[in-house]
Amino acid sequence: MERIELVGHFGPYGGRFVPEALIGALDELEAAHNSASKDPEFQRELNHLHKSYTGRPSIITEANRFAEHAGNARILLKREDLNHTGSHKINNVLGQALLTKRMGKKRIIAETGAGQHGVASATAAALLGLECVVYMGEEDTKRQSLNVARMKLLGATVIPVTTGSRTLKDAINEAMRDWVTNVSTTHYLLGTVAGPHPFPTMVRDFHRIIGIEARQQVLEMTGRLPDAVLACVGGGSNAIGIFHPFIDDSGVRLIGLEAGGAGVESGKHAATIVGGTPGVLHGTRSYLLQDSDGQTIESHSISAGLDYPGVGPEHAYLHDIGRAEYRAITDDQAMHAFSLLSQSEGIIPAIETAHALAGALQVGNELGSGAILLINLSGRGDKDVQTAAQYFGIPL
Amino acid sequence: MSKESLAQVFARAKSEKRAVLIGYVPAGFPTLEGSKELIRALIAGGVDIVEVGFAYSDPVMDGAIIQEAAEVALRNKTGAKEVLEVVSSVSVPSLVMSYWNPIERYGVKEFTEALASAGGVGVITPDLTIEESGDWIDETERNDLHRVYVVAPSTDDSRLAKVANKCSGFVYAASLMGVTGARNSLADSASELVARLRKVTDLPIAVGLGVSTAEQAADVAKFADGVIVGSAFIKLVLQAPNITQSCKNVTLLARELSDGVRQGQVG
Ligand SMILES: Cc1ncc(COP(=O)(O)O)c(C=O)c1O
Repeated sequence: MERIELVGHFGPYGGRFVPEALIGALDELEAAHNSASKDPEFQRELNHLHKSYTGRPSIITEANRFAEHAGNARILLKREDLNHTGSHKINNVLGQALLTKRMGKKRIIAETGAGQHGVASATAAALLGLECVVYMGEEDTKRQSLNVARMKLLGATVIPVTTGSRTLKDAINEAMRDWVTNVSTTHYLLGTVAGPHPFPTMVRDFHRIIGIEARQQVLEMTGRLPDAVLACVGGGSNAIGIFHPFIDDSGVRLIGLEAGGAGVESGKHAATIVGGTPGVLHGTRSYLLQDSDGQTIESHSISAGLDYPGVGPEHAYLHDIGRAEYRAITDDQAMHAFSLLSQSEGIIPAIETAHALAGALQVGNELGSGAILLINLSGRGDKDVQTAAQYFGIPL
Repeated sequence: MSKESLAQVFARAKSEKRAVLIGYVPAGFPTLEGSKELIRALIAGGVDIVEVGFAYSDPVMDGAIIQEAAEVALRNKTGAKEVLEVVSSVSVPSLVMSYWNPIERYGVKEFTEALASAGGVGVITPDLTIEESGDWIDETERNDLHRVYVVAPSTDDSRLAKVANKCSGFVYAASLMGVTGARNSLADSASELVARLRKVTDLPIAVGLGVSTAEQAADVAKFADGVIVGSAFIKLVLQAPNITQSCKNVTLLARELSDGVRQGQVG
């Protein structure tokens, strides 16, 4: 099927469903992003930060011992975990923080689930001299207390959100309320490819560097394109970042792994595309978890960063046109892959990322030893040591 | 006796040299029957038009007070059926105030038809943009329902004209940049926004967000055609020990506000 790219829409998905109060700011942001992406000076500044601050390009590690559990397919890990601050999130944050300065704003607000986006935002704010306020569900401040401390050490203000389910979805609501109130001075530095236009497009553009580098690296290493590219999907930013430069390579399968929690059939999950329906949440039309009245259903996942009842609109579209496929990985499957990578490769992944690794075990076994799989290793697991220790019964 | 139309209510108020008073209550708060009683109490105190709120799980335009009321309504399992039931119980013109997803989920065609047959006169949609309103415009026209969009002080003149052009019944002008909630003073941004709107539309203009006292209502009535009050009523209900006391207090406040909207316009 042909891909339609109306501005701000992905087929029937995307768009803007926001209070009129925010339209001016979204227009301003769209214009700033468009002009910056054509401005060599802006690109030079961003590239300089990628190289001298984040540590790009991130390397590719071949996981030979892990591959033995994945049907002996070749397993290539794109090491976004080695970026400064420990995940892919920094790519988008540096881009948006530079745009904030370009727009003459001095304050950023952000939502965070796992705390990775909050930490990345606090980091960029410190680097560029911006005030930073991070909204985080109270539930998540407990699950990810180490990251709360990191944000504070970096000089950010962390506001625990006590409304609704007290997780990422409610942190986004609070950030939107702050933005409606302070929009003239404040940029909302959204952490994933969801939200109203231009966020899904802009955040994707800032993460495309993952896929652009990886495509080149895989070609150099193996002389061909991979058979499949895999990534975990919360809001979908690390996945779209690595998928997007492969979209026109029709022979490359794009596979997104959603959080299946206790199993999609149990109702306790965060597998928005696999187990949800189309609707509108947080300013965009996409798949979401909702009841028959259109009320958002709380999501469940062992991974705070995937515990979100929505997903970026471009993923909804790639799913509907059949260009990408989405599977659910349960908490237990993810934790199995988590421990397997730790013990076969000496790399402790983020629990979010472990969902992609569990997908690699499945797909590797399906495709067998001739296959090449590229996996976005979106983040490192330091922040998850407490959760993982608890899961595996390791006393702390 | 058939209900007045929105236009008739605004015209009558104008002939009485006053602004219209519009009151907001979420359906299902504090209970389904309680919300009907509260609406009757509002009307007894002089409210001309009622906004029936459709509680939503992610109300990004609402402050703490309305969020709390919405949580109560959701715990009471208030859905479209209950919202429509409350609408059909209202003796003055009533509109539904709803975030977009519950309407889309119910079906745009189905919702507008059901609302029209329940006797509702329109819908206020705080998070629906005109760009996403294709079916909505068709179906609200087909069912003779008013479409009310909410504009803000940050809305520029050319966009104000475009949005007002898609409104019918009245235009909802947010008094300030922010979310719903009672505030002590009224921002200058309200009168400035209304003045800019006057240049682009002949529709009546109602001002909401933050109005809680008779004095503020009188201030707004000097330059606007309608005054919208929500959080101030909800706050009284949250503070009262029972529904009887809630209704009494709500009627008293409505009476004060209704005096307020009569003091503002000088001629
Ligand atoms: C390491 C890591 N991977 C993935 C995600 C999920 O986000 P997204 O789907 O936007 O990549 C998060 C979110 O916090 C994360 O920290």
